[in-house]
Amino acid sequence: METDRSKLGSFLFNRSVQGVFYQLITLGLVALGIYYIVTNTARNMLERGLASGFHFLGVESQFDIGMTLIEYSPTSTYFDSFIVGLLNTLLVAGIGILFATIIGFTVGIMRLSSNWLIAKIAEAYVEILRNIPLLLQIFFWYFAVLRALPKPKQSLELYDSFFLNNRGLFIPDTVFGEGSSIIFYLLWLTIIISIGIFIWAKRRQNRTGERFPAFYVSTALILGTFFISLAATGFPVSFEYPELKGFNFKGGVKLIPELVALTFALAMYTASFIAEVVRGGIMAVSKGQTEAAKSVGLKQNLILRLIIIPQALRVIVPPLTNQYLNLTKNSSLAAAIAYPDLVLVFAGTALMQTGQAIEIIGMVMGVYLFLSLFTSLIMNLFNRFMKVDGER
Amino acid sequence: MYNIRISFLGLVCSVLMVPTAFAGTLDTVKSQGFFNCGVSQGVPGFSNPDENGNWSGIDVDVCRAVSAAIFGDPDKVKYVPLTAKERFTALQAGEIDVLSRNTTWTLSRDAQIGLEFAGVNFYDGQGFMVRKDSGISSAMELDGASVCTNLGTTTELNMADFFRANGMAYEPVVFEKADEVVNAYDEGRCDTYTTDKSGLAAQRTKLADPDAHVVLPETISKEPLGPVVREGDGDWADVVRWSLNAMIEAEEFGLTQSNAKTTCALTSNPVVARLCGKEGGTGAGLNLGDSWSYDIVTMVGNYGDVYEKHVGENTPVGLARAGSPNASYKNGGVLYAPPAR
Repeated sequence: METDRSKLGSFLFNRSVQGVFYQLITLGLVALGIYYIVTNTARNMLERGLASGFHFLGVESQFDIGMTLIEYSPTSTYFDSFIVGLLNTLLVAGIGILFATIIGFTVGIMRLSSNWLIAKIAEAYVEILRNIPLLLQIFFWYFAVLRALPKPKQSLELYDSFFLNNRGLFIPDTVFGEGSSIIFYLLWLTIIISIGIFIWAKRRQNRTGERFPAFYVSTALILGTFFISLAATGFPVSFEYPELKGFNFKGGVKLIPELVALTFALAMYTASFIAEVVRGGIMAVSKGQTEAAKSVGLKQNLILRLIIIPQALRVIVPPLTNQYLNLTKNSSLAAAIAYPDLVLVFAGTALMQTGQAIEIIGMVMGVYLFLSLFTSLIMNLFNRFMKVDGER
Repeated sequence: MYNIRISFLGLVCSVLMVPTAFAGTLDTVKSQGFFNCGVSQGVPGFSNPDENGNWSGIDVDVCRAVSAAIFGDPDKVKYVPLTAKERFTALQAGEIDVLSRNTTWTLSRDAQIGLEFAGVNFYDGQGFMVRKDSGISSAMELDGASVCTNLGTTTELNMADFFRANGMAYEPVVFEKADEVVNAYDEGRCDTYTTDKSGLAAQRTKLADPDAHVVLPETISKEPLGPVVREGDGDWADVVRWSLNAMIEAEEFGLTQSNAKTTCALTSNPVVARLCGKEGGTGAGLNLGDSWSYDIVTMVGNYGDVYEKHVGENTPVGLARAGSPNASYKNGGVLYAPPAR
């Protein structure tokens, strides 16, 4: 009896048992809470005559969208409009991240320049752009761009093939004719071979210390193969030029001013933060590293490439990821200037036409969550790759 | 942007957390002493704030009429300016009690979104505005045009229908706020600006040079605009519906804001006597005082008073009533209120 009780006692007061017990209680409460919220929502929506469920996704949307990367018409479904919005968001986020990175790294390195003027210009850029609200910057670029550009009939033109007016930038479209697919297969093949060359060159250098000009060799390989295959297939590539017809240009590729203004504003704004991240990362590399590199006789550009940047990147990448996530989420401000992104098209027009706020906002939140987690994953993998061997 | 986030949050919270549906709006409104009325962010003649923040317009007067009917005072209203995109969510979430914001009555809104339309206070139709120097004289010449419009409106669907039906191409440029649409059109982003014709007339006054623009003759849709309430509260819907009906019926029987006092004292017409609150006890069924309709007419005016004051020919909006659907059915229009008895 006595031993039983003490066994029971020691079981009840066992730390790990208690831990499991409290976790089960917490889990139960959370599950109960979710159950309550879901049933209550369903009941309230029913009582207020709100439609629910996801069958609206298969219904014809009956509205049109100004810029679509896939085929879309008013007879397409709401799900198609979701995809159109999603692709437009991805497009603006992708281009924005690319330019923000380029501008950000440039400005960040400029701030460290020993040239007073260059350093001050970079400082002014950072201080002005990061301290003005993004929405205002988007409006500024949009209306500044619109006001400065001429009407379609007075378009600025270059070689009769590039046209710029307040309806957008029109550039010739490349049309790949028959037999051009072989060129792309070869292009991919040479890219894969080039990656192989890089890996082989690195291994060889680690083993023997000899360096191999992998960059020049692979560039020559890719470009050479591309042009030779173009010539061999008889240039199956033609251009479709934009032409003024009626109100506007038809044919070619069209970049709408909303896309240009939004990408520009997002890239410039985020670049000001990235510049600071880059500056901080480079300054975090101790001066002794540079001095040591100099003392073994490395040249300035090699010091930067082999000593400073790899170490700086380890400091830069985590906060850089934050900036990429911010840019992606900030792209939802597109709605203010009529760029048809996910928020405008799906959480705007589609939501208004169906009234299914909970489902649609849920889907949109899910998309941004997924995009953010996916970006984090990629950047974490990159960060792991950049780490010094042996470091955890 | 922030407003819309707050209203979505409001909707989600209220749908998730509040265990009972909205019932008894009228009781709540009476006990708190005012109600919230959703209006536009500024459409001259319909709902527009002056420099002191006082709202006026025919949509505003619907809310003032409801206030007069309930409180005997037309100013117990808090106005909440909303974009087209925010308006239904704000109503569903309980941020506003009446939505009077040039809102088109359609099947899907009535049946799907949990809204109840309380009537029609303006019969409208969608049109196009273009620059005079474009030389366009008909909407059928708009093939390939860039079209500026508002997000979250029936306009977006109608223009898709119109261009599709006529086999024409177009580029929609859709903004969230009405002012941004007007601004972008004015800056030349679009060849044409489309919305309800009354809206075109109203927004035109905001353009840099109103005379350089012309509204095309075609009307491409039916847009019955009216006040909206939440579905599932019949008593409150009745108050709004009959406040509007009383304004229309008062005009039909010649009871105006200026003559109501004397007419009511002298009348022998039983319809007028009911509107004056002297006979019939019409207020009881609505849970209002018997003078509710008299208060509306004396404090806000009948439909004709309100129309001429805000959108009639002598206003900057300048919409002729004669010959339009907004004329009384007796004059060839479609304005026809069920009897207030």
